[in-house]
Amino acid sequence: MIKAENISKSFGLVKALHSVSLTVKENELFGLIGPDGAGKSTLFRILATLLIPDQGKASVIGYDTIKNYRQIRMLLGYMPGRFSLYPDLTVEENLAFYASVFGTSVRQHYQLIEPVYKQLEPFRNRRAAQLSGGMKQKLALSCALIHRPKILLLDEPTTGVDAVSRKEFWELLSGIRQAGITILVSTPYMDEANLCDRIALFQDGQILSIDTPANIVADYELHLCAVKAPDKYLLLKTLRSWPNTYSAYPFGDAVHLSTTYKINNNELKQYLTHHALPGSQIMSINAGIEDRFLELLHQKTLTHA
Amino acid sequence: MPEPIIIIKELTRKFGDFTAVNHISFEVEAGEIFGFLGANGAGKTTAIRMLCGLLKPSSGSGMVAGADILKNPNLVKSRIGYMSQRFSLYEDLSVMENIRLYGGIYGLKKALVKKRAAQLIEKTGLNGLEKRLVGDLPLGWRQKLALSTALIHRPQVVFLDEPTGGVDPITRKQFWEMIYETAAGGTTVFVTTHYMDEAEYCDRVCIMTEGMIRALDKPDILKKKYDAGNMDEVFLKLAR
Repeated sequence: MIKAENISKSFGLVKALHSVSLTVKENELFGLIGPDGAGKSTLFRILATLLIPDQGKASVIGYDTIKNYRQIRMLLGYMPGRFSLYPDLTVEENLAFYASVFGTSVRQHYQLIEPVYKQLEPFRNRRAAQLSGGMKQKLALSCALIHRPKILLLDEPTTGVDAVSRKEFWELLSGIRQAGITILVSTPYMDEANLCDRIALFQDGQILSIDTPANIVADYELHLCAVKAPDKYLLLKTLRSWPNTYSAYPFGDAVHLSTTYKINNNELKQYLTHHALPGSQIMSINAGIEDRFLELLHQKTLTHA
Repeated sequence: MPEPIIIIKELTRKFGDFTAVNHISFEVEAGEIFGFLGANGAGKTTAIRMLCGLLKPSSGSGMVAGADILKNPNLVKSRIGYMSQRFSLYEDLSVMENIRLYGGIYGLKKALVKKRAAQLIEKTGLNGLEKRLVGDLPLGWRQKLALSTALIHRPQVVFLDEPTGGVDPITRKQFWEMIYETAAGGTTVFVTTHYMDEAEYCDRVCIMTEGMIRALDKPDILKKKYDAGNMDEVFLKLAR
């Protein structure tokens, strides 16, 4: 459904994308995972036919993003990262406006947007500017879906949104996908990666890895332990000073310690006790997406140095 | 036992008929990392604006770093530091220009700004980059600089409003190490975040819903109390 081949794009001296290639299959929920400034939005704008790449080419449903941009625009729903609606129009007016731009009516595809729009109905006469962050997000999603696109592009729909609204948003996405729509979504939240069929890990305009979440995690090469102690800062500093440590990062209530070979837990326990951390807990664990991302970033820094 | 650095009693703020913050009370100890969580629209930003002396409460009282937020909001402003993800440094000013600007805003004398600026550059490892525009610095360095600048007047408490939003995992984790270091140095850290794993890094966590405090305790105790494996589950149980 989406094919990008060796796409590069620079803005002045800033290289936003370096030779990025990816394909998104029909009815897939595909995630671009990476921080702000990684190049995700530039890729979205190229796929949405709003920006021309310096090199490489892209196609959406078989149409070239430069030559056939008109066809693509009718088949695409795009929700940009910044709030894209008219703040002076009401909820209902925004929706009606988007429907008319695409030559359709709100009623025609109401079934598709119903699960999303239902939650907005009590506020349908409120101006978009006066909606809360989560509500704005849902209105923007409704507007992007109003012409029943084949593909939905969502650029960081959950940035700055609280954990509860984020969860609700992803529940809505899974419903939209079941209606047969292909979704490309970007996010800086690693925990959302697991909800995608396939993901691309993005950093500095490049794709570090592209695969299913399960395979990405399976590529983790190091040995990983979760270590817990009451004084987390001291624990972190102590683990960093241990000669066997490859990396140590805080993760929730534990520190994730990676090593290049399997460690002897007793040896580490002794070391921690010796450094004023008696009774620490050490547990071997499987890596998550964030562990793998950290490993890839770590490798990248080492090759650059 | 030292005085708590923040003492809030029955703090309330109304906008017309809407009560954004509804009689909240809590205390924060010196040197504590205090996590302030809540859904969008729960009243967090309104509460923080009152604590920083930027918004007048409708009722209730509060002392922050020994200054009264009702009677003396300007004194509050001079005794705290503030940093947010969206806005804190000027991208088209250089590193040194930003430091001098904030030193001036916080009312430090020129000679003192010069001295602190040199220490700050040394500590953040930005030597040789003093003239570089902040917009051209990698995000990790920019964040380091933003936090250090918010601390240039040695405030007793620093407010960090979603300091790690949209940041890559390494930078995010390095930033938390700076928070630990800041708190270990005796500065109280008052921080908001949407990342629930970061809630675990706090000494205590306060969760707001609909303008009120729903829960306030150490992460471990909250997890036990709400029978949850992590803070994400606690948050979903309380805020949904």
